[in-house]
Amino acid sequence: MEGHAEAHEHVLEIPHNVHPRPDTGLYNAKLGIWLFLASEVMLFGALFSSFILIRTSAPTWPRGWEFLNVPLATANTFILIASSVTVVLAWANLRLGNLKWGRIFIGLTLVCALAFLVNKGFEYTHEFEEHRYPSTSNFLAIYFTMTGLHGLHVLGGVIVFAYFLFPGAKMWKTEPARYTNRIEVCGLYWHFVDLVWIFLFPSLYLM
Amino acid sequence: MAQRKQLRVGTQWLYADDAEKLLREAIRLREQEEQRHRIEGHALPFWRQYIFSTDHKWIGIQYGFTALCFLLFGFSLMILMRLQLGWPGHAFSALKLLGEGRAPGGILLPEAYNQLGAMHGTIMVFMAIVPLAVGAFGNYVVPLQIGAPDMAFPKLNMASYWAYLTGGLVMLASFAVKDGTANSGWTSYPPLSVIATQGQTWWLVGMIFLITSSLLGSINFLVTIIQLRAKGMTFMRMPFFVWAQFVTSFLLLLAFPPLEAAGVLQLMDRVAGTSFFLPSGLVVSGQPLHNAGGGNPILWQHLFWFLAHPEVYVLILPAMGIVAEIIANNTRKPLWGYRSLVGAVVFLGFMSFVVWAHHMFLTGMGTLISAFFQTTTMIISIPSVVILSALFISLWGASIRFTTPMLFALGFLPMFGIGGLTGLPLGLATADLHLHDTYYVIGHFHYVVAPGTIFAMFAGIYYWFPKVTGRKLNDFWGRVHFWGSFLCINGVFFPMFLQGLAGVSRRLYDGGIQYAHAKAIAEQTNPFMSISAIGLLAFQVPFILNFFANVFAAWRGKKNVDDNPWQATTIDWAATTSPPLGHGNFAVLPAVYRGPYEYSCPECTTTDFVPQHVETAPAPPPAGGMLPEAAVAQREM
Amino acid sequence: MTEQAVAEHAAPEAHEHAGVHDPNAHHSPEEIKKEIRVYLIVFGALAVLTGLTVYACYGLKMPAHIAIAIALVIACAKGFLVAGFFMHLLSEKKLIYSILGLTVFFFAVLLWGPWHHFVDMIGHK
Repeated sequence: MEGHAEAHEHVLEIPHNVHPRPDTGLYNAKLGIWLFLASEVMLFGALFSSFILIRTSAPTWPRGWEFLNVPLATANTFILIASSVTVVLAWANLRLGNLKWGRIFIGLTLVCALAFLVNKGFEYTHEFEEHRYPSTSNFLAIYFTMTGLHGLHVLGGVIVFAYFLFPGAKMWKTEPARYTNRIEVCGLYWHFVDLVWIFLFPSLYLM
Repeated sequence: MAQRKQLRVGTQWLYADDAEKLLREAIRLREQEEQRHRIEGHALPFWRQYIFSTDHKWIGIQYGFTALCFLLFGFSLMILMRLQLGWPGHAFSALKLLGEGRAPGGILLPEAYNQLGAMHGTIMVFMAIVPLAVGAFGNYVVPLQIGAPDMAFPKLNMASYWAYLTGGLVMLASFAVKDGTANSGWTSYPPLSVIATQGQTWWLVGMIFLITSSLLGSINFLVTIIQLRAKGMTFMRMPFFVWAQFVTSFLLLLAFPPLEAAGVLQLMDRVAGTSFFLPSGLVVSGQPLHNAGGGNPILWQHLFWFLAHPEVYVLILPAMGIVAEIIANNTRKPLWGYRSLVGAVVFLGFMSFVVWAHHMFLTGMGTLISAFFQTTTMIISIPSVVILSALFISLWGASIRFTTPMLFALGFLPMFGIGGLTGLPLGLATADLHLHDTYYVIGHFHYVVAPGTIFAMFAGIYYWFPKVTGRKLNDFWGRVHFWGSFLCINGVFFPMFLQGLAGVSRRLYDGGIQYAHAKAIAEQTNPFMSISAIGLLAFQVPFILNFFANVFAAWRGKKNVDDNPWQATTIDWAATTSPPLGHGNFAVLPAVYRGPYEYSCPECTTTDFVPQHVETAPAPPPAGGMLPEAAVAQREM
Repeated sequence: MTEQAVAEHAAPEAHEHAGVHDPNAHHSPEEIKKEIRVYLIVFGALAVLTGLTVYACYGLKMPAHIAIAIALVIACAKGFLVAGFFMHLLSEKKLIYSILGLTVFFFAVLLWGPWHHFVDMIGHK
């Protein structure tokens, strides 16, 4: 039968939650996150498709630096890449059994993500000060929409990492393998967010 | 090989010498189960058990109940529309319900008609059929059919349901806002939708919730089917219903995000003043629009139909799965061509992503791109024909039991045939020139979805109701429901083909009588169709009463069937009736030893089927050799 | 059979270790440290490539069509590194490859569709 009778809650055992299923070689959350990322590829794909159409059909199209702050965005790119490294280092440390360094690296990832959002905040405020809004032109419309949606994904990551750094870290005491898996899965999501930016940054700022 | 004595205990065949031991074990486990349920059933507070449940069975029931309510609501909107269409300009007290703003004096205004039209489509597709087919049937049955204790991510499952309900409520709330709901069709084409009233913004927000619900649900289904199949349940031993849900979930996963992106873009156009879909130089009511321009309305159509075409396969595939299960069960023989069914459904899923622009043949696409989409559309008709043919051929040489689920499943077959065949001229660009945006299209897709999918949904309800509640729905009223619905539904939709061929456009608030070419046919057919629609509504009443009467009786504990009333082979029927919530589905997780449709098998000698989870087919018991105290069931002939 | 199934089910994930091992592949600490070195090398490569793109397109102010080509090629390289090493795609299971392969195909179709319509239109462009 499943589990043991607890006084307040009955926990159902779902197979392959932590240990991989032999024929697929995957545990559930890993397959789940890759499927989610596949759907995100289609989401950003639709936006890139719209971008391509709008740009190729436009009679003129500005170069990114005419309206946008390239050095700030370059700094943001470095920050995001660094955060990708920190999250994978966090996972490596957890696999080594080192919760302390694992949490430090998760914390660093969180700091980088917040820095990214703060910089974005500066960028947007500057645009608004120059009276450049989404409605001003299609270039700005696609810029604000795509970076905005990307920013929402960064914010999502911030919330999840904050959870695992603080209240969620309790799981290490009872189920360390499951906690490590969760960080791996969050890392995969985070790398995808970085991946989108890797394409978004040149598309908007450098072309 | 020496034959060991075998007995049937409940739904299982056991060796006689073990039987007593195993029977005591089974009784002990059952008692333990009930004991635990008594303790923990009280321990989980009501809101955790029944409102924010993480049990797939209860979530399936939540989806089912909510979806059926939306189905009735969407149908009622159509009844109101059909009152207008049947007798344009005639005042109806029913229409007065919509208020003076929408139907002054009981006559529907054109703007209000557009609202009803847009919301009927949206509610039926996104809030009724898909949640019923996937959310309700998928959630309840799939884990049971693959031998899993629950879905892979129970909390995510709960989140999916609540996202769905939130989206549905946002859509409903838009009826109460100023100027009413969205009114630019369920397709929400810009520029009209961008300049439309505020209801359209509510539609977009509602859609974002509904899409999120679908995405989370599809991830759950895919991981569950791939990872949680019981021991011995290989992919080619899965019931076809599970295959159908599997492909459907891939469609939902990969096709919905572009619509979500498009929804965000349209929201930006409406709220932030962008011009993603607004071309330059647009003039509205004599005033030029002060926007940046440079946008492309066709972009919306591409992104919308990129989803909406796979969406129609999402509407039909679970239905085919249900019909396949019921046909196998009621013909008492294996489905014909299981492998071709699987190959066809996978190929269909794949092709559904590359046919979308056949909805856009009249947008000025060039010959090359039109030819491409026409070709892929013709190709995609092949797997549909394979599936329908396999189901038809499955009837050949069968001992058909005309149970109520079987009636609906049999009704599905020719109705889907008509729906599918009438799609062919629409897929050919040249014929589509004449038929696009006419009632022919409405007839085509309603045939597939209404006497198609919805009949399959009814079939599924009649079929699985005993598993969920322990009672069968009343058979007589089930037949009344079927025959009445079958006749009336054809009365509503068949004349639409004639109207379309005559050139009657869709989305006309008066049904076409203001156009010279349409007036005659509209006047001849619309009243008949409206009367049929009212008849169709009337014939749902026996179903609704039947349903609730039996739900209440079951809730009061009055069960009237055993665990496997249909003598089915799939593992969902190995679970106890009304499997308890929160404790997994099986006293012992089953292992699977054979394919899903072992009916009339060579080794079946005492029963005419061998369930999937039974290791060896039962040998005939020797004459008189049965243990008296074992709960032996006599097989019903 | 029932008892066996009961026994199996009573100890579902019984082979749970102390939890410090990666459940996917039991790597030794040395192997994990080697992986860390790879991550840092990839980080260096990504930083260099980023600098290169910015310098080529923005620093040298390349014309648009050349900038697009350079930027996309370098972005693909960076993407390959992130996906291959950080996301471990280079050593992933076949099932993930099939899902992603399918997704990439549909992604390409989505990118192609609206654009081709615009290019192949009846009447004026």
